[in-house]
Amino acid sequence: MLNRIKAIALKEIRQLKRDTRMLFVLFVFPLLLLVIFGYAINFDVHHIKMVVLDQDKSFDSRNFINSLTSSSYFDLVGYINDENKIKEILDKKEAQCVIVFPKDMSRQLYANQNVKIQILIDGVDGNTATVIQNYFNYAVQSYSQKFISNVLAVKGIKSYVPIDLEPVFWFNPDLSSTFFLIPGLIAMILIITAVVSISLSIVREKERGTIEQINVSPLTSFEMLIGKTIPYIIISLLITVVILTAGYILFQIPIKGNYFLLLITTLLFIFASLNLGIFVSSVSQTQQVAFQIATIISMLPSTILSGFIFPIESMPVPIQWLTNITPSKFFLIILRDILLKGVGIEAFWQQVLYLVLFSAILLGLSTLINKRSKVG
Amino acid sequence: MSLSSQKGNMNSIEVKNLTKKFGSFTAVDGISFNVKEGEIFGFLGANGAGKSTAIRILCGIIEPTSGDAIVGGYSVMNEPDKVKLNIGYMSQKFSLYNDLTVEENINFFGGVYGLIKNKLEDRKKWVLKVAYLEGKEKLLTKDLPGGIKQRLALAIAVIHEPKIVFLDEPTGGVDPISRRNFWELINELSHKGITVFVTTHYLDEAEYCNSITLINAGKIIASGTSKELKTKYLTNTMLEVECDRVVEALDIFSKQDWVEETSIFGNYIHISVEDENSARSLAEKTLKENNIKIIRMDKIVPTLEDVFIYLLEKDTKKNVK
Ligand SMILES: Nc1ncnc2c1ncn2[C@@H]1O[C@H](COP(=O)(O)OP(=O)(O)OP(=O)(O)O)[C@@H](O)[C@H]1O
Ligand SMILES: [Mg+2]
Repeated sequence: MLNRIKAIALKEIRQLKRDTRMLFVLFVFPLLLLVIFGYAINFDVHHIKMVVLDQDKSFDSRNFINSLTSSSYFDLVGYINDENKIKEILDKKEAQCVIVFPKDMSRQLYANQNVKIQILIDGVDGNTATVIQNYFNYAVQSYSQKFISNVLAVKGIKSYVPIDLEPVFWFNPDLSSTFFLIPGLIAMILIITAVVSISLSIVREKERGTIEQINVSPLTSFEMLIGKTIPYIIISLLITVVILTAGYILFQIPIKGNYFLLLITTLLFIFASLNLGIFVSSVSQTQQVAFQIATIISMLPSTILSGFIFPIESMPVPIQWLTNITPSKFFLIILRDILLKGVGIEAFWQQVLYLVLFSAILLGLSTLINKRSKVG
Repeated sequence: MSLSSQKGNMNSIEVKNLTKKFGSFTAVDGISFNVKEGEIFGFLGANGAGKSTAIRILCGIIEPTSGDAIVGGYSVMNEPDKVKLNIGYMSQKFSLYNDLTVEENINFFGGVYGLIKNKLEDRKKWVLKVAYLEGKEKLLTKDLPGGIKQRLALAIAVIHEPKIVFLDEPTGGVDPISRRNFWELINELSHKGITVFVTTHYLDEAEYCNSITLINAGKIIASGTSKELKTKYLTNTMLEVECDRVVEALDIFSKQDWVEETSIFGNYIHISVEDENSARSLAEKTLKENNIKIIRMDKIVPTLEDVFIYLLEKDTKKNVK
């Protein structure tokens, strides 16, 4: 049995070595994805375009604007003098928000009156709008605080802030979303390359008819599937090394945890993904169909359902259940735990168990389908 | 095994009422036959007759819908895995890996059949010799000429020295000289005692077979040696006519009630008739009426092709009724 598995694994490696085009795709495509997604998907909102309608033109209004633009969050793109222009500016997307300082703002401030500053936000992208609003709230609060302490200081009273919230974000200190996304991205890249490569390799044998010769040999479908899997495990591991290295160089993604744990869990995930690929091959007859099913079945769930981009907790309960169909969901948690937190197996043994279960079920299913197809 | 163990009389394949349905379509329809040990068994039929389907059942690749076959002593229904160990198979599609070298193909299939070390080296030498590829092990299989590829495929199909080998249209798309060489190789295997089960489209190749079985629409319509087939089924006389305007003449003959079958062979027409003498005069008279000149008219021994055309037409007419 070992000899037969070795024969098929060796054969597969030799074929792969000659298929330079496939090898090129297998290694360059992941890097490309990493760079594109890594730089493009960034949920931190910076450089919000802001237009100001300053009806007060006072020291305070200018000071407030300065406090906004001194961060990288807001960029002042211009001033307007006419209230009627606001709509036009937002419609034409010349700015994402317009700030209106009322007449007499300064006067009211020093008369101990409450002042209302207006901000009009382009609400088309709800996510960004919320972020802008939050930033703005924060800016208003801190400005108010400064103002109060100034007033009190003038009156000779020393002020202090009773309670202050110091947000400390564990594991991802500067809350950069890229940092948080990369593990999900790695999971997605690995599952796509694994599923596509192995399913194509098996279906190619169906198309060319070489599978007939294997079917008539004493090779069992189990041996054949294991033999086919080994070379792709090696390839996928190499891809993992490439991505982790690139992730470290480009995005400073660390590996805080145990390397050995990382290797074992990655192997498990690759094995689960390859089994998904084998399953795809057992239901497709041509490489074209296999490619389509493979990309859909690997890419969609691992982007939408894995928690990679959309948090699972905020999905409706039935969808939350559905998220279990993708092993990426579990590997992503493991990767975040190992890479970013550096914690041990006690934190993610359930996810590991799930990956084992997932592989076993799929391998069983594909072996069964392979056997059944002989009935014709 | 049920039959006497006297060499040459033992059956290496016994097929009993084998049927294969794909949905409601019956590809193989209750066929039964025996193949003797060491013989070359020709399985003939038109496209879609069910040849490949039958072979794939006998090789244990697909399960029959009903019936059974004993191949090399094992039932394809109950012990397909044991069947597989004892047979070689060359599928209709070219079955080697084009993107592997000659040697890599040999190593792979040798490995799959559990050949190692010395045994593998021995068999590798034999395969290379048989395929005329000694010293060319590093060539990519896709770069080999068609005839050589075919020899390599056959040699690899028997790399594990099985008792029985199934060849599904092994000479498809190969030039005539390579075909003849290929049949010499088949003969060699048969002399070594290997049973060869072969399907082909080429009727001249059927002459090389010890025993021939003809199937049509999944059913056996004739079987025997080539000589038996020519005498047993065709009781009529076969006349070969050489004349002008062959196509027109063929058309005229096929409308005559004294002509049973017509077929065209290059510039000649073959007609099958019951009585030679009356047919000769009727043929001359009819063609003369149509201003077609007869150059020559001879009684001939029917070829296998004549027999098959006759049998196929008869069977097809029966099926239509
Ligand atoms: N897996 C299948 N599913 C459905 N129909 C099939 C299947 N395999 C074969 N058939 C049908 O069964 C019939 C017999 O096919 P088979 O391949 O056995 O013919 P054949 O005699 O080998 O023909 P050829 O000379 O073209 O190789 C054909 O009509 C074919 O379409
Ligand atoms: Mg066929």
